This record gives sequence, C-alpha cells and structure tokens, in this order.
Amino acid sequence: MSAGIDTLRLTAEEALALVESGQVSSVELWQAYRDAINEHDGELHAFLTLVDEPDGSGIPIALKDVISTRGVRTTAASKILENYVPVFDATVAAKCRAAGMTLLGKTNTDEFAMGSSTENSAYGPTHNPWDLSRVPGGSGGGSAAAVSAGLAPWALGSDTGGSVKLPSAFCGNVGLRPTYGTVSRFGVVAFASSLDQVGPVTKNVRDNALLYRIISGRDENDSTTVDVPPIALPEGTDLKGLRIGLPRQLNEVEGIEPGVKAACEAALAKAEELGATIEECELPLSVEYGLACYYLVAPAEASSNLARYDGVRYGLRSEGVDFREMVMHTRHDGFGDEVKRRIMLGTYALSSGYYDAFYGTAQKVRTVIKREHDALFERFDVLVSPTCATTAFPLGAKAQDPLAMYLTDVLTIPANMAGLPGLSIPCGLSDGLPVGLQLVGPQFSESTLYRLGHALEQAIGFDVVPERLR
Amino acid sequence: MSTTWEPVIGLEIHVQLKTATKMFCRCRNGYGGEPNTQTCPVCLAFPGALPVPNRRAIEETIKLGLALECTIADRAIFHRKNYFYPDLPKAYQISQYDEPLCANGRLVVPTADGEVEIGIVRAHLEEDAAKNVHVATSGRIQGATATLVDFNRGGSPLVEIVTAPNIHSADVAKRFLQLLRQTVVELGLSDAELDKGSMRFDVNVSVRPAGSDELRTRTELKNMNSFNFAAKGIEREIARQIKIYENGGTVDQETLHFDPTAEESAPMRSKEEAQDYRYFPEPDLVPLHPAPEMIEGLRGQIGELPTARIRRIANTLSFYDADVLVTGGLDRLWAAVVDGGADPKEAANVLANAFVATGINPSAVNPEEFTKLVASRSEIPRAVFDDALSHVGDPGFSAEPYVAQKAVSDASALEPVIAAVIEANPGQVEQYRGGKQGLLGFFVGQVMKETGGSADPRVVSELVREQLGA
Ligand SMILES: [Zn+2]
Repeated sequence: MSAGIDTLRLTAEEALALVESGQVSSVELWQAYRDAINEHDGELHAFLTLVDEPDGSGIPIALKDVISTRGVRTTAASKILENYVPVFDATVAAKCRAAGMTLLGKTNTDEFAMGSSTENSAYGPTHNPWDLSRVPGGSGGGSAAAVSAGLAPWALGSDTGGSVKLPSAFCGNVGLRPTYGTVSRFGVVAFASSLDQVGPVTKNVRDNALLYRIISGRDENDSTTVDVPPIALPEGTDLKGLRIGLPRQLNEVEGIEPGVKAACEAALAKAEELGATIEECELPLSVEYGLACYYLVAPAEASSNLARYDGVRYGLRSEGVDFREMVMHTRHDGFGDEVKRRIMLGTYALSSGYYDAFYGTAQKVRTVIKREHDALFERFDVLVSPTCATTAFPLGAKAQDPLAMYLTDVLTIPANMAGLPGLSIPCGLSDGLPVGLQLVGPQFSESTLYRLGHALEQAIGFDVVPERLR
Repeated sequence: MSTTWEPVIGLEIHVQLKTATKMFCRCRNGYGGEPNTQTCPVCLAFPGALPVPNRRAIEETIKLGLALECTIADRAIFHRKNYFYPDLPKAYQISQYDEPLCANGRLVVPTADGEVEIGIVRAHLEEDAAKNVHVATSGRIQGATATLVDFNRGGSPLVEIVTAPNIHSADVAKRFLQLLRQTVVELGLSDAELDKGSMRFDVNVSVRPAGSDELRTRTELKNMNSFNFAAKGIEREIARQIKIYENGGTVDQETLHFDPTAEESAPMRSKEEAQDYRYFPEPDLVPLHPAPEMIEGLRGQIGELPTARIRRIANTLSFYDADVLVTGGLDRLWAAVVDGGADPKEAANVLANAFVATGINPSAVNPEEFTKLVASRSEIPRAVFDDALSHVGDPGFSAEPYVAQKAVSDASALEPVIAAVIEANPGQVEQYRGGKQGLLGFFVGQVMKETGGSADPRVVSELVREQLGA
C-alpha cells in the first residue's frame, strides 16, 4: 500500500487526515516512510538509529539524536554515548508519543549539536538531498535532510545558535526556533542551557504550527519554561498592517551571495504586495557582538554541561589507574575535536581571573542585544533577513577552518542571544539550492511569524521537493 | 617578654534538611535504603535531566535565616560549582555563590561570662554529594583498590552556614555549635545528627597576638563528629600554632583530619591544591524572589529561640543549668514540670542528670505525670523512682502506681528497727557520742538496709539523731 503514498510531497497535515479518515493505517504510513528511508538513507545518512516497530496510532516523526527516547539509543552523535539507551523520554518525545506519533528513528547531528554542517558527527556526515556533495547545514542536518527527502513527514531539531534554522534553510524546509522557555528542554542532551530550544522542522508553515502546538507549554520538569499563548494556525495571505523591519547589518552582511540577496528581495516584494509595510532599520551592536558573545556563553555552559560524561554511570568508559586518569582517558577517547575545542574555550572563559572579562562581559552584552531588539519591536512586528548569507556549501569546505564555520551562524545568532523566536522559510533557489528567509519577532510572537511565513509560502510557491528527486 | 595569643576561629556548618524529597528531584530524601535505590535520572545526572528546586527546602532555609537574624535576599540565585569527583554526578554542585538566600545575621551565644555575638556571614542552600565507599583493606583512600558510589544521599538539600571569624575560644565555638544544632532541631529543619552526617562542620583556626587585628594563615580542621572533639581539636590546634610561632616558625595552610584517639591532628594533605571551581549562574534555574508575605508567614512559625530561653531561664536557675536544659532540649519539659508545681532546681537536677541518663526523648514525656513523679521523689524509695523514670516515655505512663509505694516514714514502725541497729553497734554509738557526727550516715544506711530500702531516709535520719541524742 505504501506505493500509493508520495512521502516527498505529503505534508504532515495531509498524512494526519489520511490516518484519521481511515484511508491509510498508521502502520502503513510508517512503513511508507520506512521504505523511503531504506531507499534513500544509504546516500543521505540522515538517521543514526532506526526504530523497527511503530508504536503509536498516528503519523510518524523523526527526532534529532539529542532528544532522549526511552528504550531507543540516544547518542548525541558522540562516541561517548555510543551505547546509551535512555530510561526516560524527553518531555518533547513524550508529548509526541502522547499525540499518537510513531517514532521512525533518531537523526544525525553535529556531535552534541556543536557545528553548522553535521560534519562533526562521530558517525559520519549527512548529505544534502538537493546536492549530495553538499552539507545539509547543522547541527540538525539529519532532521532537515530527512524531511526534505521524504524520509519523515516532520521532525524535531534543537536550536542553540541556529541548528534548526540553518539546516532548514539549506534543505528547503520550514524550521522554527521557538521563544526561549516555550518548549521544555527536559531530556534534551544539553549543549548550552540558556540558549538550547527544541523546534519543529517541516515541509510547510501550517505543519510547523501544528507541531509547535504539540511540543510547547510549561513543563514542571523544566524550571525555565513558561505558559505559552495559544498558537493560531495560519490561514490566508492578507498581510495588511504587518510592519516588517529590515535590519541593514543582517541584510547587507559581508559575503552575502547575490542569489541569496535576490531571492530574499523577491520575497519581500511579495510581502509588500500582500499589504505589509517594509522599512530598513539598524541592529548594529547585535550583529557586531552577537557571534563573539555567543562563542563565550555557549562554550562556557557546554564545558559544564558536558562534564557529566565521566565514564562513571553510563556511556563510554576507558581504563585508567585511578579516577582522574579514567575520566581523562574516557573524555579523550569519547569526544571529537570540535567538542574538545569548545570545552577548552568554555573552561577558559569561566576561569577565575578571566570570568569578568569573558563570561561576565558576554552576559552584559547579551542584555544589550536584547534591548536593541526590544527597541526595534516598538516599530516593527517582524524583522526579516536571509537565514544565512550563502546556500549549502560543499562537504569539507569549512571542516578545517573552525572560524569560517562559526561565521555561518552570524545571522541566526543575534535573535537567539535575545531569546527570540525565528522562523526560516524557503524563499527560492540560488544556483539550484534553497535560500532561507529568516523571520524574527518579539517573544511569543510565533503566531505572527507563522502568519507572515504562510502568506509568503503561498505567494512564492516554492517546490519543497529537491529537484534531483522530482 | 612573652606574647599573649588570641585564637581566631571561623565555622562552616552543613545541615541536611529533612524534607520529604531531595533538593532538585522528587526522590525520597532520607537516611538508609539499599544503595542506589533512591535515585532518578536527575540525581544520577543522566543526559538532559534538569533540576527543579524543592520549595520546602527554600522555605526552611529562609526560616533558619530568620532565626539567625539574617537579611533574606529579595533575589537569590543558584550557581554551579564545577569539579570532578565520583560522588558528584553532574561534575558540578548546584550551590549558591554571591547571591545567597540569607546573609549578614548573628547568633548570640550566652556563656557563664556573659553573651558573645557570633556573626553569620551567610546561610545558603545547596545539594549534597553522593557517598563514596572506598573498598580497601586500610579503609583510607590511599590504599583503595576500588570506589563504589551510593547516590541515595546525592542531591539531598543542605544548608551551609558560614560564621564570621569572630570566635575566640574553643568553648565558645562548641557552645555556638550546640546552640545552632538546637535551633535547627527546634525549627524542625533537620535531625542534625553528627553521627549520621546530617550535621557536619569544618573549623578554621588561626592565632594572632592579642590586640592585633591581623588574620594569619589558618588551618582547616575536618572530620570532627562530636562537639567535645571539636573543642579538643581546636584547643590542640591553637596550642600547636602558638608553639610554632613561639619557635619562630610559620603555619602552613593545610587541612587537618581530626583523629580523637591520636595525640596530634594528622595533616590530610599539606597545602590545598588550588581549585578553580569556575562558578557561574546555573542556567537551568531561574532566580528566586521570596515573597514578603511568605517570609512573614515563616517568621510567624518561629517560637522563642534557644538563646532567649537560656537568657530567661538563667534568671531562675544558674547559667549552667539553663544552658544544659536548653541545649539539651529539656527546657520545655522543665517549664511544664515547674508549672505543675515542682521545685525548679530539683526539676532541673532530675532532668539534667537522671532523666538524660535514660536516653528518653523529652517530647515523649507527659509533663503532668512527670510532675507528679518529681513531686514525690523524696517520698518514695530511690529504686522505685529510678524504675518509674525509665518508663516516663512509655505511652500512657502513669505516676500513680509508683507514687503509691511511699517510703515508710511512720516513726512507730521505724523506731524498733532503729533501736535494734543501735543495740547491734555499740562501738559506733560510742564514737558518735564522742563527737564523730559523720557516723550518722552509717546508722541511716543500716536502717535502710534492714527495711529493704523502703524507709524514708530523711525521717530515719531525724529519728536516729533523736535516739542517739547526746
Ligand atoms: Zn532523584
């Protein structure tokens, strides 16, 4: 029966309708995606672990491998957790299960979500479904590639500096990085606690809103969560009254590809046609200091969050003559280079004598970034820019140059530092590769972002199926 | 000329709160239990597990802060204290650093020579470490072949109380500790049992020439599990340091483990390894803002504190008696017995000596029955009284059957026995009449023996004196 289901085009909303109307059973649907995985994942490597039995009554989902799944191996793409099988579900995984979703498997990521290309996975990179020689973006490249290639109707990623938004842009998906505190982090392998946020990766905006509705909400197991206002499913294309700001520093960022700029400008012209007003604005400090600030805060928190991988209770344990040596050998053998680099950066930033200059100052800058955004939101409902200055780059292109890799996230990081929601939607192609448009709003403005995203989606008519798979 | 030396002592006390659950998870908090049966993903630091603070523990810390006249912060935050150790599963302890819940308090310690005010620098909340069991023949870490970890205790709520270094004698340090323990127990926060580790303390000791306000190198005494050992250890350390200075030497900063059986404190490790704990605000938790109404509610739950009661009772009894009654937790029973008509001094004596020897919990005693018993103490045989005392804690204890066994005080019953004793001991009679009045006790003893202890010794004494009357 799976032959009748076009997983490349079927949206989650449509899939849900098929199951609910009884036209397709939950198991048949799951099998259709499983067949697609069997056919394509050999060349994509989007999945690290596959589930062999569907265990729900609804539609399937794929989860980034930093999300704990009870009884299903969760590695964070690290050797140190190679054989770790959680005894509990992350809150978001439990919410998906409660909504009847069946788990397809766990998707590839940069190790501990540290990276922008999924090349830092200890289990090998994921390939971009639009061009197998290119990266899918990171860290959540596996989830984005899976959704883009029809291996899952939708998926969850996690976004610290742009790990949902960037892969969604590179693979032609819709990806939301929610307002900090609206989605529980309980059970999500921590990278940088004050920035990590789980978000949906989908084929279209309505699917994204549907999944965000399911996973968001206050969680008694995560003290940093808050009550979330109702999320409106977007309808129609009317944008009258919507005020769009174009931060100059984001839209004219150094190294922006002409094709990316053109696609974004075309999308903005459509927004104007639909009734939105557009005006240029300034976001100087956030862009100038955002990246540097991020690379102090995130590694600092990571250095502490990753200290628990000591070989004592679970995961890899290497031998050593005493506790200290055992821990050193375990971490030496278990962590990859990028993880070690960030642990060292973060440890340094927190060291006595350097704390005020680095971590302390970064936290102050973060407040400045937040204020700069708040001021703009007095005049604008949404700030728009490209999600990334470029389209997906070739595998290996930045693997040896950490700084170039870090710069990939320069446009997504400022809003993340301010705890703001950001939606990346595909707005066209540049040399045959998807271009992502980033929509950023004030806290809890997801419904507004969905409204704009949905209207543009209808107006642009982007074909989400990679050309080589059509 | 010789210098007079002044000791400078500071205390750091840890008290384990007896909340039903642990500090940051809902595992049972309590002594005992098979190893690792009171654990969960949070207190075992599984990937993605998050802390959720125990509201009760926060309230109890505030209550203690109020009892210690601290300022309660209107904003307090938790910090991470990072270091690797097998008993610390996250490799950081969630503690408080520069924004503790309670600060700038004091505890007034009454002494025989007047009151001494000890400054409280801070009282903060943190989580306890787990328990390492080093499996080795010597039982010490040096010869260990393996370390087992029991995480049952890991994550228990701990309050840390730090005094100002303004204690100047071992005796005051000891009284402070006793008074603090009694305060904590009365507030219902902890059992504060030294032998079970629910109260632990470290002592910092240095000495300086009297009259100077310098602070010289201090040593830290650990491992003291009784207040008397603490006093002894402090005395010994003061003497050691004075000797070093008088011989022209210098004191090294080191940690000394106290062994009560040895003559000297054994240095555990010379010179503390410089530890950089890389404190930073715990990003998994939000700042605490104790509500003023909550603080006032807690203040209302605090009754008259031990210091005030010692002060009050010392108006009736000696300081010594007042101190023993209050720090022994006996004064409420004492007051009830005195209210019932017992003689204050006699009641204090009975409580401080005979009653304490029984080991009965004062709160198990019915004051009414106890009053009756104390009132009849002089009228019933000693053996009967002691027997009764050993049962005062029994449920439903009644003094009646004991009080009914009144000593024989009827002269007509005792006179023949006395006459017989006088008759049988002519030599002693002669000596007595010759002026050796001390022999009165001998005759009374003989009569008590003859009557099987049932005679009232005061009546016997009177009758003997009459009959031997010069
Ligand atoms: Zn627990």
